[in-house]
Amino acid sequence: MNKVEQISIFLENKPGGLEFVTRVLKDAGINIRALSLADTSDFGVLRLIVNDAEKAKQVLKDNGFTVGRTSVVAVLVPDRPGGLHSILEALSKENINVEYMYAFVERSGEHAIIIFRFNATDRAIEILTKSGFTVLPGEKVYSL
Amino acid sequence: MIYNEEFETLPREALEALQVKRLQQAVQRVYHTVGFYKRSFDNAGVKPDDIRSLDDLRRLPFTTKQDLRDNYPYGLFAVPMSSVVRVHASSGTTGRSTVVGYTRRDIDTWSELMARCFVMAGLTKNDIIHNAYGYGLFTGGLGAHYGAERLGASVIPISGGNTKRQIMILQDFGPTAICATPSYTLYLAEQGEEMGVDMRSLKLRVGVLGAEPWSEKMRGQIEDKLDITALDIYGLSEVMGPGVAMECLEAKQGLHIFEDHFIAEIIDPETGEVLPEGETGELVFTTVTKEAFPLIRYRTRDVSRLVKAPCRCGRTLVRMDRVTGRSDDMIIVRGVNVYPSQIEGVLLNIPGIEPHYMLIVDREGNLDTLEVQVEVGEKVFAETGEVKVLQELSRRITKDIKDYLGVSTKVKLVEPKTIQRFEGKAKRVIDKRTI
Repeated sequence: MNKVEQISIFLENKPGGLEFVTRVLKDAGINIRALSLADTSDFGVLRLIVNDAEKAKQVLKDNGFTVGRTSVVAVLVPDRPGGLHSILEALSKENINVEYMYAFVERSGEHAIIIFRFNATDRAIEILTKSGFTVLPGEKVYSL
Repeated sequence: MIYNEEFETLPREALEALQVKRLQQAVQRVYHTVGFYKRSFDNAGVKPDDIRSLDDLRRLPFTTKQDLRDNYPYGLFAVPMSSVVRVHASSGTTGRSTVVGYTRRDIDTWSELMARCFVMAGLTKNDIIHNAYGYGLFTGGLGAHYGAERLGASVIPISGGNTKRQIMILQDFGPTAICATPSYTLYLAEQGEEMGVDMRSLKLRVGVLGAEPWSEKMRGQIEDKLDITALDIYGLSEVMGPGVAMECLEAKQGLHIFEDHFIAEIIDPETGEVLPEGETGELVFTTVTKEAFPLIRYRTRDVSRLVKAPCRCGRTLVRMDRVTGRSDDMIIVRGVNVYPSQIEGVLLNIPGIEPHYMLIVDREGNLDTLEVQVEVGEKVFAETGEVKVLQELSRRITKDIKDYLGVSTKVKLVEPKTIQRFEGKAKRVIDKRTI
Protein backbone atom coordinates (compact mmCIF):
# COMPACT_ATOMS: atom_id res chain seq x y z
CA MET A 1 0.00 0.00 0.00
CA ASN A 2 1.06 3.54 -0.63
CA LYS A 3 1.22 4.60 2.98
CA VAL A 4 3.84 6.82 4.47
CA GLU A 5 5.24 6.26 7.89
CA GLN A 6 5.12 9.31 10.11
CA ILE A 7 6.79 9.40 13.49
CA SER A 8 5.36 11.40 16.36
CA ILE A 9 7.31 12.67 19.33
CA PHE A 10 5.76 13.69 22.62
CA LEU A 11 7.15 16.99 23.88
CA GLU A 12 6.50 18.93 27.02
CA ASN A 13 6.02 22.64 26.49
CA LYS A 14 9.38 23.91 27.57
CA PRO A 15 12.28 25.76 26.00
CA GLY A 16 14.89 23.56 24.37
CA GLY A 17 12.57 20.61 23.80
CA LEU A 18 12.41 20.94 20.06
CA GLU A 19 16.06 21.86 19.75
CA PHE A 20 17.04 18.60 21.44
CA VAL A 21 15.04 16.60 18.90
CA THR A 22 16.69 18.27 15.93
CA ARG A 23 20.12 17.83 17.50
CA VAL A 24 19.56 14.12 18.01
CA LEU A 25 18.43 13.75 14.40
CA LYS A 26 21.30 15.85 13.08
CA ASP A 27 23.87 13.79 14.99
CA ALA A 28 22.37 10.62 13.53
CA GLY A 29 22.52 12.07 10.01
CA ILE A 30 18.76 11.96 9.55
CA ASN A 31 17.09 14.29 7.09
CA ILE A 32 13.66 15.73 7.80
CA ARG A 33 11.35 15.68 4.77
CA ALA A 34 8.26 17.24 6.28
CA LEU A 35 7.09 18.25 9.68
CA SER A 36 4.23 19.70 11.65
CA LEU A 37 3.89 20.61 15.29
CA ALA A 38 0.59 20.11 17.05
CA ASP A 39 0.29 21.86 20.34
CA THR A 40 -2.14 21.90 23.23
CA SER A 41 -1.91 24.09 26.30
CA ASP A 42 0.16 21.47 28.10
CA PHE A 43 2.19 19.55 25.60
CA GLY A 44 3.04 19.24 21.97
CA VAL A 45 3.39 16.44 19.46
CA LEU A 46 5.94 16.82 16.72
CA ARG A 47 5.10 14.91 13.56
CA LEU A 48 7.92 14.10 11.21
CA ILE A 49 8.53 12.36 7.96
CA VAL A 50 12.21 11.53 7.60
CA ASN A 51 14.47 9.68 5.21
CA ASP A 52 14.96 6.78 7.66
CA ALA A 53 12.04 6.36 10.06
CA GLU A 54 13.40 3.21 11.68
CA LYS A 55 16.72 4.79 12.58
CA ALA A 56 15.10 8.04 13.70
CA LYS A 57 12.82 6.16 16.02
CA GLN A 58 15.72 4.26 17.49
CA VAL A 59 17.92 7.26 18.21
CA LEU A 60 15.01 9.24 19.63
CA LYS A 61 14.07 6.37 21.92
CA ASP A 62 17.67 5.99 22.96
CA ASN A 63 17.58 9.62 24.01
CA GLY A 64 14.52 9.12 26.17
CA PHE A 65 11.74 10.36 23.90
CA THR A 66 8.33 8.78 23.65
CA VAL A 67 7.92 8.01 19.99
CA GLY A 68 4.83 6.81 18.15
CA ARG A 69 4.24 5.81 14.57
CA THR A 70 1.28 6.61 12.36
CA SER A 71 0.37 5.78 8.81
CA VAL A 72 -0.35 8.83 6.74
CA VAL A 73 -0.98 9.42 3.05
CA ALA A 74 1.04 11.72 0.78
CA VAL A 75 -0.87 13.15 -2.17
CA LEU A 76 0.52 15.09 -5.08
CA VAL A 77 -1.53 18.23 -5.65
CA PRO A 78 -1.25 20.51 -8.65
CA ASP A 79 0.08 23.87 -7.40
CA ARG A 80 -2.80 26.01 -8.65
CA PRO A 81 -6.09 27.43 -7.31
CA GLY A 82 -8.58 24.65 -6.53
CA GLY A 83 -5.91 21.94 -6.32
CA LEU A 84 -6.59 20.97 -2.73
CA HIS A 85 -10.30 21.52 -3.11
CA SER A 86 -10.66 18.85 -5.78
CA ILE A 87 -9.10 16.28 -3.46
CA LEU A 88 -11.29 17.14 -0.51
CA GLU A 89 -14.36 17.11 -2.71
CA ALA A 90 -13.66 13.54 -3.76
CA LEU A 91 -13.14 12.45 -0.18
CA SER A 92 -16.08 14.26 1.31
CA LYS A 93 -18.44 12.57 -1.14
CA GLU A 94 -17.32 9.23 0.29
CA ASN A 95 -17.56 10.35 3.91
CA ILE A 96 -13.86 10.23 4.63
CA ASN A 97 -12.75 12.35 7.55
CA VAL A 98 -9.48 14.27 7.59
CA GLU A 99 -8.01 14.26 11.06
CA TYR A 100 -5.17 16.57 10.23
CA MET A 101 -2.95 17.54 7.32
CA TYR A 102 0.10 19.55 6.44
CA ALA A 103 1.68 20.56 3.18
CA PHE A 104 4.99 21.30 1.56
CA VAL A 105 6.02 22.25 -1.91
CA GLU A 106 7.99 19.91 -4.09
CA ARG A 107 11.44 20.99 -5.26
CA SER A 108 10.37 21.54 -8.87
CA GLY A 109 7.69 23.92 -7.63
CA GLU A 110 5.01 22.43 -9.87
CA HIS A 111 3.33 20.40 -7.21
CA ALA A 112 2.55 20.62 -3.56
CA ILE A 113 2.62 17.51 -1.48
CA ILE A 114 -0.01 17.20 1.18
CA ILE A 115 0.29 14.78 4.04
CA PHE A 116 -3.07 13.54 5.26
CA ARG A 117 -4.15 11.58 8.28
CA PHE A 118 -7.54 9.99 7.59
CA ASN A 119 -9.94 8.10 9.80
CA ALA A 120 -9.93 5.29 7.23
CA THR A 121 -6.55 5.22 5.54
CA ASP A 122 -6.95 2.29 3.13
CA ARG A 123 -10.34 3.40 1.92
CA ALA A 124 -9.07 6.95 1.36
CA ILE A 125 -6.17 5.71 -0.76
CA GLU A 126 -8.56 3.65 -2.81
CA ILE A 127 -10.83 6.62 -3.48
CA LEU A 128 -7.98 8.98 -4.31
CA THR A 129 -6.38 6.52 -6.71
CA LYS A 130 -9.70 5.83 -8.40
CA SER A 131 -10.36 9.55 -8.76
CA GLY A 132 -7.07 9.96 -10.61
CA PHE A 133 -4.92 11.60 -7.93
CA THR A 134 -1.31 10.62 -7.41
CA VAL A 135 -0.72 8.94 -4.07
CA LEU A 136 3.00 8.86 -3.44
CA PRO A 137 4.54 5.64 -2.12
CA GLY A 138 6.58 5.86 1.08
CA GLU A 139 9.99 5.39 -0.58
CA LYS A 140 9.30 8.27 -2.90
CA VAL A 141 8.50 10.62 -0.04
CA TYR A 142 11.42 9.52 2.13
CA SER A 143 13.87 10.26 -0.67
CA LEU A 144 12.41 13.52 -1.99
CA MET B 1 -11.78 -23.00 58.06
CA ILE B 2 -11.69 -21.04 61.29
CA TYR B 3 -9.15 -21.67 64.04
CA ASN B 4 -11.09 -20.19 66.94
CA GLU B 5 -14.68 -20.47 65.84
CA GLU B 6 -16.04 -18.98 69.06
CA PHE B 7 -14.12 -15.73 69.07
CA GLU B 8 -13.82 -15.20 65.33
CA THR B 9 -17.55 -15.43 64.70
CA LEU B 10 -19.03 -13.74 67.77
CA PRO B 11 -22.12 -11.69 66.96
CA ARG B 12 -21.04 -8.01 66.78
CA GLU B 13 -23.00 -7.17 69.91
CA ALA B 14 -21.32 -9.85 72.00
CA LEU B 15 -17.95 -8.97 70.52
CA GLU B 16 -18.37 -5.31 71.41
CA ALA B 17 -19.51 -6.20 74.95
CA LEU B 18 -16.36 -8.29 75.33
CA GLN B 19 -14.27 -5.40 74.02
CA VAL B 20 -15.75 -2.94 76.53
CA LYS B 21 -15.11 -5.31 79.43
CA ARG B 22 -11.53 -5.94 78.34
CA LEU B 23 -10.94 -2.27 77.57
CA GLN B 24 -12.05 -1.27 81.07
CA GLN B 25 -9.66 -3.77 82.61
CA ALA B 26 -6.81 -2.65 80.36
CA VAL B 27 -7.38 1.02 81.15
CA GLN B 28 -7.40 0.34 84.91
CA ARG B 29 -4.24 -1.72 84.57
CA VAL B 30 -2.20 0.83 82.59
CA TYR B 31 -3.36 3.71 84.79
CA HIS B 32 -2.11 2.01 87.90
CA THR B 33 1.04 0.38 86.58
CA VAL B 34 2.53 2.70 83.93
CA GLY B 35 3.53 6.20 85.03
CA PHE B 36 3.24 7.52 81.46
CA TYR B 37 -0.44 6.57 81.16
CA LYS B 38 -1.34 7.96 84.58
CA ARG B 39 0.20 11.30 83.61
CA SER B 40 -1.34 11.34 80.15
CA PHE B 41 -4.86 10.41 81.42
CA ASP B 42 -4.59 12.98 84.20
CA ASN B 43 -3.51 15.67 81.74
CA ALA B 44 -6.53 14.85 79.59
CA GLY B 45 -8.77 14.92 82.67
CA VAL B 46 -10.04 11.38 82.19
CA LYS B 47 -10.22 8.62 84.80
CA PRO B 48 -10.36 4.88 84.10
CA ASP B 49 -13.88 4.82 85.56
CA ASP B 50 -15.04 7.22 82.84
CA ILE B 51 -14.73 4.46 80.27
CA ARG B 52 -18.17 2.85 80.16
CA SER B 53 -18.65 2.16 76.47
CA LEU B 54 -16.62 1.81 73.29
CA ASP B 55 -17.56 5.39 72.44
CA ASP B 56 -15.75 6.54 75.56
CA LEU B 57 -12.51 5.30 74.03
CA ARG B 58 -12.21 8.59 72.14
CA ARG B 59 -11.91 10.46 75.43
CA LEU B 60 -8.53 8.81 76.02
CA PRO B 61 -5.39 10.53 74.76
CA PHE B 62 -3.37 9.10 71.90
CA THR B 63 -0.03 7.37 72.30
CA THR B 64 2.56 8.13 69.63
CA LYS B 65 5.81 6.71 68.38
CA GLN B 66 7.53 9.63 70.09
CA ASP B 67 6.04 8.56 73.45
CA LEU B 68 7.57 5.13 72.88
CA ARG B 69 10.94 6.67 72.10
CA ASP B 70 10.76 8.95 75.14
CA ASN B 71 10.28 5.92 77.35
CA TYR B 72 13.07 3.85 75.80
CA PRO B 73 13.73 1.06 76.56
CA TYR B 74 11.35 -0.31 79.21
CA GLY B 75 9.44 2.77 80.42
CA LEU B 76 6.05 1.63 79.09
CA PHE B 77 6.21 -1.94 80.37
CA ALA B 78 3.30 -2.71 82.68
CA VAL B 79 4.89 -5.72 84.40
CA PRO B 80 8.24 -6.23 86.15
CA MET B 81 11.02 -7.68 84.01
CA SER B 82 10.74 -10.94 85.94
CA SER B 83 7.44 -11.51 84.14
CA VAL B 84 8.81 -10.60 80.70
CA VAL B 85 9.92 -13.67 78.76
CA ARG B 86 10.91 -11.94 75.53
CA VAL B 87 11.68 -8.56 73.98
CA HIS B 88 11.63 -7.46 70.37
CA ALA B 89 12.64 -4.13 68.90
CA SER B 90 12.02 -2.15 65.76
CA SER B 91 14.94 -1.31 63.51
CA GLY B 92 14.88 2.34 64.49
CA THR B 93 15.90 3.71 61.10
CA THR B 94 14.34 7.08 61.88
CA GLY B 95 15.63 7.43 65.43
CA ARG B 96 15.88 5.33 68.53
CA SER B 97 14.44 1.89 68.15
CA THR B 98 11.30 1.04 70.08
CA VAL B 99 11.42 -1.90 72.44
CA VAL B 100 8.45 -4.12 73.18
CA GLY B 101 8.04 -6.93 75.73
CA TYR B 102 5.92 -10.04 76.11
CA THR B 103 4.82 -12.11 79.10
CA ARG B 104 4.34 -15.85 78.72
CA ARG B 105 0.65 -15.20 78.21
CA ASP B 106 1.34 -12.53 75.57
CA ILE B 107 3.42 -15.04 73.61
CA ASP B 108 0.60 -17.52 73.99
CA THR B 109 -1.96 -15.04 72.63
CA TRP B 110 0.32 -14.04 69.78
CA SER B 111 0.89 -17.70 68.83
CA GLU B 112 -2.84 -18.27 68.72
CA LEU B 113 -3.46 -15.19 66.57
CA MET B 114 -0.77 -16.25 64.12
CA ALA B 115 -2.31 -19.73 64.03
CA ARG B 116 -5.65 -18.07 63.25
CA CYS B 117 -3.94 -16.26 60.36
CA PHE B 118 -2.56 -19.46 58.90
CA VAL B 119 -5.93 -21.17 59.10
CA MET B 120 -7.47 -18.09 57.48
CA ALA B 121 -5.04 -18.71 54.61
CA GLY B 122 -6.31 -22.28 54.32
CA LEU B 123 -3.37 -23.98 56.05
CA THR B 124 -3.54 -26.99 58.38
CA LYS B 125 -1.12 -29.07 60.40
CA ASN B 126 -0.35 -30.98 57.22
CA ASP B 127 1.30 -27.96 55.65
CA ILE B 128 5.01 -27.20 55.49
CA ILE B 129 5.69 -23.50 56.03
CA HIS B 130 8.79 -21.84 54.59
CA ASN B 131 9.31 -18.97 57.02
CA ALA B 132 11.53 -16.38 55.33
CA TYR B 133 10.72 -13.58 57.76
CA GLY B 134 13.85 -12.51 59.62
CA TYR B 135 14.44 -14.20 62.97
CA GLY B 136 15.79 -11.93 65.67
CA LEU B 137 14.73 -8.63 67.14
CA PHE B 138 12.28 -8.23 64.24
CA THR B 139 8.92 -9.73 65.23
CA GLY B 140 8.25 -11.41 61.88
CA GLY B 141 10.36 -14.55 62.14
CA LEU B 142 9.54 -15.72 65.64
CA GLY B 143 5.94 -14.51 65.44
CA ALA B 144 5.18 -16.64 62.38
CA HIS B 145 7.26 -19.50 63.78
CA TYR B 146 5.28 -19.80 67.01
CA GLY B 147 1.99 -19.55 65.14
CA ALA B 148 2.98 -22.29 62.72
CA GLU B 149 4.02 -24.56 65.60
CA ARG B 150 0.79 -23.78 67.44
CA LEU B 151 -1.11 -24.91 64.38
CA GLY B 152 1.01 -28.03 64.24
CA ALA B 153 2.38 -27.32 60.79
CA SER B 154 6.02 -28.08 59.96
CA VAL B 155 8.16 -24.95 60.00
CA ILE B 156 11.27 -24.40 57.93
CA PRO B 157 12.95 -21.58 59.91
CA ILE B 158 15.00 -20.35 56.96
CA SER B 159 14.83 -16.65 57.98
CA GLY B 160 15.82 -13.96 55.44
CA GLY B 161 18.70 -13.82 52.98
CA ASN B 162 20.78 -16.44 51.17
CA THR B 163 18.42 -16.50 48.22
CA LYS B 164 20.03 -19.37 46.28
CA ARG B 165 19.75 -21.63 49.29
CA GLN B 166 16.13 -20.60 49.76
CA ILE B 167 15.36 -21.59 46.18
CA MET B 168 17.03 -24.95 46.69
CA ILE B 169 14.97 -25.54 49.82
CA LEU B 170 11.77 -24.48 48.07
CA GLN B 171 12.51 -27.20 45.49
CA ASP B 172 13.80 -29.93 47.79
CA PHE B 173 11.82 -29.58 51.03
CA GLY B 174 8.50 -29.05 49.28
CA PRO B 175 6.99 -26.31 51.43
CA THR B 176 3.32 -25.62 50.65
CA ALA B 177 3.27 -22.11 52.10
CA ILE B 178 5.68 -19.22 52.32
CA CYS B 179 5.92 -16.36 54.82
CA ALA B 180 7.96 -13.38 53.64
CA THR B 181 7.69 -9.77 52.62
CA PRO B 182 5.97 -9.37 49.24
CA SER B 183 9.05 -7.77 47.72
CA TYR B 184 11.30 -10.62 48.84
CA THR B 185 8.79 -13.17 47.56
CA LEU B 186 8.85 -11.52 44.16
CA TYR B 187 12.63 -11.40 44.29
CA LEU B 188 12.77 -15.12 45.08
CA ALA B 189 10.49 -15.85 42.15
CA GLU B 190 12.60 -13.81 39.76
CA GLN B 191 15.90 -15.20 40.99
CA GLY B 192 14.50 -18.72 40.67
CA GLU B 193 13.48 -18.04 37.08
CA GLU B 194 16.93 -16.72 36.35
CA MET B 195 18.46 -19.91 37.76
CA GLY B 196 16.27 -21.86 35.36
CA VAL B 197 13.91 -23.21 38.02
CA ASP B 198 10.26 -23.62 37.07
CA MET B 199 8.92 -21.61 40.01
CA ARG B 200 5.30 -22.33 39.08
CA SER B 201 5.72 -26.03 39.54
CA LEU B 202 6.85 -25.88 43.18
CA LYS B 203 4.51 -27.31 45.81
CA LEU B 204 3.84 -23.80 47.14
CA ARG B 205 0.18 -22.85 47.09
CA VAL B 206 -0.16 -19.96 49.54
CA GLY B 207 1.86 -16.91 50.51
CA VAL B 208 1.26 -15.15 53.82
CA LEU B 209 2.92 -11.88 52.96
CA GLY B 210 3.29 -8.63 54.82
CA ALA B 211 5.46 -6.25 56.83
CA GLU B 212 5.43 -3.65 54.05
CA PRO B 213 2.83 -1.92 51.87
CA TRP B 214 2.13 -3.58 48.53
CA SER B 215 -0.35 -3.21 45.69
CA GLU B 216 -2.87 -5.40 43.90
CA LYS B 217 -0.60 -5.23 40.88
CA MET B 218 2.24 -6.75 42.88
CA ARG B 219 -0.11 -9.43 44.21
CA GLY B 220 -0.96 -10.34 40.63
CA GLN B 221 2.70 -10.64 39.71
CA ILE B 222 3.52 -12.85 42.71
CA GLU B 223 0.52 -15.10 42.12
CA ASP B 224 1.40 -15.43 38.48
CA LYS B 225 5.10 -16.12 38.88
CA LEU B 226 4.69 -18.69 41.67
CA ASP B 227 1.22 -19.98 40.84
CA ILE B 228 0.06 -19.38 44.42
CA THR B 229 -2.59 -17.43 46.27
CA ALA B 230 -0.94 -14.42 47.89
CA LEU B 231 -2.60 -13.07 51.03
CA ASP B 232 -1.88 -9.95 53.02
CA ILE B 233 -1.01 -10.10 56.71
CA TYR B 234 -0.77 -7.01 58.89
CA GLY B 235 0.92 -6.25 62.13
CA LEU B 236 3.38 -3.96 63.82
CA SER B 237 5.74 -4.72 66.64
CA GLU B 238 4.32 -2.01 68.90
CA VAL B 239 0.89 -3.63 68.83
CA MET B 240 2.18 -7.23 68.86
CA GLY B 241 3.88 -8.17 65.61
CA PRO B 242 2.46 -9.97 62.58
CA GLY B 243 -1.01 -11.35 63.18
CA VAL B 244 -2.93 -8.22 64.17
CA ALA B 245 -5.03 -8.66 61.03
CA MET B 246 -5.18 -11.10 58.13
CA GLU B 247 -6.88 -11.41 54.78
CA CYS B 248 -9.09 -14.47 54.37
CA LEU B 249 -8.74 -16.89 51.50
CA GLU B 250 -12.49 -16.86 50.82
CA ALA B 251 -12.96 -13.15 50.16
CA LYS B 252 -9.46 -11.71 49.67
CA GLN B 253 -11.14 -8.43 50.40
CA GLY B 254 -9.73 -6.64 53.42
CA LEU B 255 -7.94 -7.95 56.48
CA HIS B 256 -9.84 -9.22 59.53
CA ILE B 257 -8.66 -7.55 62.72
CA PHE B 258 -8.67 -9.78 65.79
CA GLU B 259 -10.98 -7.54 67.72
CA ASP B 260 -11.17 -9.71 70.81
CA HIS B 261 -7.59 -8.50 71.41
CA PHE B 262 -7.33 -5.19 69.59
CA ILE B 263 -9.71 -2.27 69.15
CA ALA B 264 -9.22 -0.39 65.89
CA GLU B 265 -10.27 3.15 65.11
CA ILE B 266 -9.84 5.37 62.05
CA ILE B 267 -9.07 8.99 62.74
CA ASP B 268 -8.48 12.15 60.78
CA PRO B 269 -4.71 12.54 61.20
CA GLU B 270 -5.03 16.32 61.27
CA THR B 271 -7.77 16.80 63.84
CA GLY B 272 -7.60 13.48 65.70
CA GLU B 273 -11.38 13.10 65.28
CA VAL B 274 -12.71 9.57 64.93
CA LEU B 275 -14.08 9.09 61.42
CA PRO B 276 -17.30 7.22 60.58
CA GLU B 277 -17.11 3.65 59.35
CA GLY B 278 -15.94 3.36 55.76
CA GLU B 279 -13.88 6.54 55.66
CA THR B 280 -10.18 6.55 54.96
CA GLY B 281 -7.81 7.80 57.63
CA GLU B 282 -5.13 6.80 60.09
CA LEU B 283 -5.38 3.49 61.92
CA VAL B 284 -5.29 3.65 65.71
CA PHE B 285 -4.99 0.54 67.89
CA THR B 286 -5.73 -0.17 71.53
CA THR B 287 -4.58 -3.51 72.89
CA VAL B 288 -7.02 -4.93 75.41
CA THR B 289 -5.35 -8.16 76.54
CA LYS B 290 -1.64 -7.47 76.36
CA GLU B 291 0.15 -7.71 79.70
CA ALA B 292 3.76 -6.61 79.25
CA PHE B 293 3.36 -3.83 76.69
CA PRO B 294 -0.23 -2.59 76.56
CA LEU B 295 -0.94 0.33 74.24
CA ILE B 296 -3.79 2.80 74.43
CA ARG B 297 -4.88 4.50 71.20
CA TYR B 298 -1.57 4.04 69.44
CA ARG B 299 -1.29 6.07 66.27
CA THR B 300 0.14 3.75 63.63
CA ARG B 301 0.44 6.39 60.86
CA ASP B 302 -0.82 3.66 58.54
CA VAL B 303 -3.63 4.73 56.24
CA SER B 304 -6.60 2.39 55.88
CA ARG B 305 -10.36 2.16 56.35
CA LEU B 306 -12.64 -0.17 58.29
CA VAL B 307 -15.62 -2.17 57.06
CA LYS B 308 -17.92 -4.05 59.43
CA ALA B 309 -20.08 -5.69 56.78
CA PRO B 310 -20.31 -9.48 57.18
CA CYS B 311 -17.71 -11.46 55.29
CA ARG B 312 -18.17 -14.45 53.04
CA CYS B 313 -15.81 -16.45 55.27
CA GLY B 314 -18.22 -16.28 58.20
CA ARG B 315 -16.05 -14.16 60.47
CA THR B 316 -17.73 -11.21 62.13
CA LEU B 317 -14.43 -9.42 62.71
CA VAL B 318 -14.11 -5.96 61.19
CA ARG B 319 -12.00 -5.73 58.04
CA MET B 320 -9.35 -3.14 57.31
CA ASP B 321 -8.31 -2.19 53.80
CA ARG B 322 -4.86 -3.08 52.67
CA VAL B 323 -2.57 -0.36 54.04
CA THR B 324 -1.65 1.84 51.12
CA GLY B 325 0.30 4.65 52.68
CA ARG B 326 1.37 6.66 55.65
CA SER B 327 -0.59 9.51 57.11
CA ASP B 328 2.63 11.50 57.31
CA ASP B 329 2.31 11.86 53.53
CA MET B 330 -1.23 13.23 53.64
CA ILE B 331 -1.95 16.53 51.96
CA ILE B 332 -5.04 18.68 52.36
CA VAL B 333 -6.30 20.29 49.19
CA ARG B 334 -9.27 22.64 49.50
CA GLY B 335 -10.25 20.83 52.67
CA VAL B 336 -10.06 17.34 51.16
CA ASN B 337 -7.57 14.86 52.62
CA VAL B 338 -5.56 13.28 49.84
CA TYR B 339 -3.03 10.49 50.20
CA PRO B 340 -0.52 10.04 47.40
CA SER B 341 -1.27 6.31 47.54
CA GLN B 342 -4.90 6.99 46.60
CA ILE B 343 -3.80 8.90 43.52
CA GLU B 344 -1.42 6.07 42.70
CA GLY B 345 -4.30 3.63 43.03
CA VAL B 346 -6.31 5.59 40.47
CA LEU B 347 -3.35 5.86 38.08
CA LEU B 348 -2.60 2.14 38.24
CA ASN B 349 -6.13 1.43 37.05
CA ILE B 350 -5.68 3.45 33.89
CA PRO B 351 -4.09 1.43 31.09
CA GLY B 352 -0.96 2.92 29.58
CA ILE B 353 0.02 4.96 32.62
CA GLU B 354 3.35 4.42 34.30
CA PRO B 355 3.29 4.45 38.11
CA HIS B 356 5.67 7.41 38.15
CA TYR B 357 4.01 10.57 39.28
CA MET B 358 4.51 13.70 41.30
CA LEU B 359 1.95 15.85 43.07
CA ILE B 360 2.47 19.60 43.14
CA VAL B 361 0.34 21.53 45.59
CA ASP B 362 0.17 25.27 45.18
CA ARG B 363 -2.13 28.15 45.87
CA GLU B 364 -3.58 30.56 43.33
CA GLY B 365 -5.24 33.47 45.07
CA ASN B 366 -6.98 31.78 47.96
CA LEU B 367 -7.51 28.51 46.18
CA ASP B 368 -5.37 25.41 46.55
CA THR B 369 -4.36 23.74 43.32
CA LEU B 370 -3.22 20.18 42.84
CA GLU B 371 -1.21 19.31 39.79
CA VAL B 372 -0.62 15.68 38.99
CA GLN B 373 2.41 15.10 36.81
CA VAL B 374 2.35 11.75 35.09
CA GLU B 375 4.81 10.21 32.71
CA VAL B 376 3.47 9.27 29.31
CA GLY B 377 4.17 5.61 28.79
CA GLU B 378 5.67 4.22 25.64
CA LYS B 379 2.67 1.96 25.10
CA VAL B 380 -0.13 4.48 25.02
CA PHE B 381 1.68 6.68 22.53
CA ALA B 382 3.46 4.18 20.30
CA GLU B 383 0.32 2.74 18.74
CA THR B 384 -0.97 5.95 17.24
CA GLY B 385 1.15 8.89 18.27
CA GLU B 386 -1.99 10.99 18.25
CA VAL B 387 -2.62 14.17 20.17
CA LYS B 388 -6.22 13.25 20.90
CA VAL B 389 -5.19 10.00 22.58
CA LEU B 390 -3.09 11.98 25.02
CA GLN B 391 -5.81 14.53 25.59
CA GLU B 392 -8.27 11.75 26.29
CA LEU B 393 -5.83 10.19 28.72
CA SER B 394 -5.40 13.46 30.52
CA ARG B 395 -9.17 13.94 30.74
CA ARG B 396 -9.64 10.40 32.01
CA ILE B 397 -7.08 10.89 34.79
CA THR B 398 -8.72 14.13 35.88
CA LYS B 399 -12.14 12.54 35.86
CA ASP B 400 -11.12 9.37 37.71
CA ILE B 401 -9.36 11.31 40.45
CA LYS B 402 -12.40 13.57 40.81
CA ASP B 403 -14.73 10.55 40.94
CA TYR B 404 -12.73 8.56 43.47
CA LEU B 405 -11.23 11.26 45.66
CA GLY B 406 -13.57 14.20 45.13
CA VAL B 407 -10.79 16.60 44.32
CA SER B 408 -10.17 18.55 41.13
CA THR B 409 -6.71 18.30 39.66
CA LYS B 410 -4.78 19.64 36.76
CA VAL B 411 -3.04 16.80 34.96
CA LYS B 412 0.25 17.44 33.29
CA LEU B 413 1.68 14.77 31.05
CA VAL B 414 5.46 14.77 31.11
CA GLU B 415 8.17 13.02 29.15
CA PRO B 416 9.22 9.54 30.25
CA LYS B 417 11.92 9.18 32.87
CA THR B 418 11.79 12.84 33.81
CA ILE B 419 10.19 12.20 37.21
CA GLN B 420 12.77 11.39 39.84
CA ARG B 421 13.15 7.72 40.74
CA PHE B 422 13.43 6.75 44.38
CA GLU B 423 15.09 3.88 46.08
CA GLY B 424 13.24 3.20 49.28
CA LYS B 425 10.83 5.86 50.49
CA ALA B 426 9.53 7.89 47.58
CA LYS B 427 8.85 11.59 47.85
CA ARG B 428 5.75 12.22 45.81
CA VAL B 429 4.58 15.60 46.99
CA ILE B 430 5.94 19.09 46.49
CA ASP B 431 3.97 21.60 48.52
CA LYS B 432 4.64 25.11 47.27
CA ARG B 433 1.97 26.78 49.39
CA THR B 434 3.09 29.51 51.69
CA ILE B 435 0.40 30.00 54.25
